[in-house]
Amino acid sequence: MSFLHQEVPLSWYLLLSAALFSLGVVGFILKRNLITVFMSIELMLNGVNLSFVTFAHQWHEVKGQIFVFFVMMVAAAEAAVGLAIIIAVFRARATLAVDRIDLMKL
Amino acid sequence: MHLILFLLFAGFCLAGAINLLLQTHPINSALSLIVVMTSLAVLYLLLGAEFLAAAQIIVYSGAIMVLFVFVVMLLNAGREERTLGSRAARAIGLPAVVALLAVLTTIILHIQGLGGAAISQGLTTMEELSGVLFHQLLLPFEVTSVLILIAILGAVALARHGDGEGTAAK
Repeated sequence: MSFLHQEVPLSWYLLLSAALFSLGVVGFILKRNLITVFMSIELMLNGVNLSFVTFAHQWHEVKGQIFVFFVMMVAAAEAAVGLAIIIAVFRARATLAVDRIDLMKL
Repeated sequence: MHLILFLLFAGFCLAGAINLLLQTHPINSALSLIVVMTSLAVLYLLLGAEFLAAAQIIVYSGAIMVLFVFVVMLLNAGREERTLGSRAARAIGLPAVVALLAVLTTIILHIQGLGGAAISQGLTTMEELSGVLFHQLLLPFEVTSVLILIAILGAVALARHGDGEGTAAK
């Protein structure tokens, strides 16, 4: 019975969130494909969302969760516009390698 | 119970994130990102955020990742070539990430008075959430809908095949 009600320290959640964010940054630096770089940004956003939810749980505050909701909405808008930009870039350059996309001029 | 679920899905989360970095094909990275996001939905549920768990699955692993997979297939993105990239990014960026993680870990481990999370404790009901969202935060909510609308228009305008002003695509 005590096993069923065992608590998990919230710091573990925060550590997981920090690890996810760092892995996202590593991906952003190391990956060479435009789409995968974009996915790393989503990974960072998810890591930050986890710590929002954790602190919302800690302080019994609903607004932390609502903030995550807004982050999700902004991430959806960002994904739509970003992927459209990726399609436009691919149409102009016919490549997705970030090393070859180094001019803003199409 | 909570401990087992946490360890299981935190493990899935980290494994998916590391797999995202190791895979060379974008479609494999996208699928590992779906694993990360779905495990995060379970973690949200463990923290009592039931609405966010549903929204995470519907918005993130549903809508956004479908968009990603769709673009990967549309552009026929092949295997990524492993160039070294910028040397400065590696030389400064990676130690900076390690330092950032170390600092964050130290700070988190030193936070005082952080509680724990047990199962079926501190559940946020839809009622509380929508009460705050539609009374105190109604204006930001409505502004978000305008943002989404603008994003849709922008995406259509950007991805359109030639705009009829002479700069038509191939």
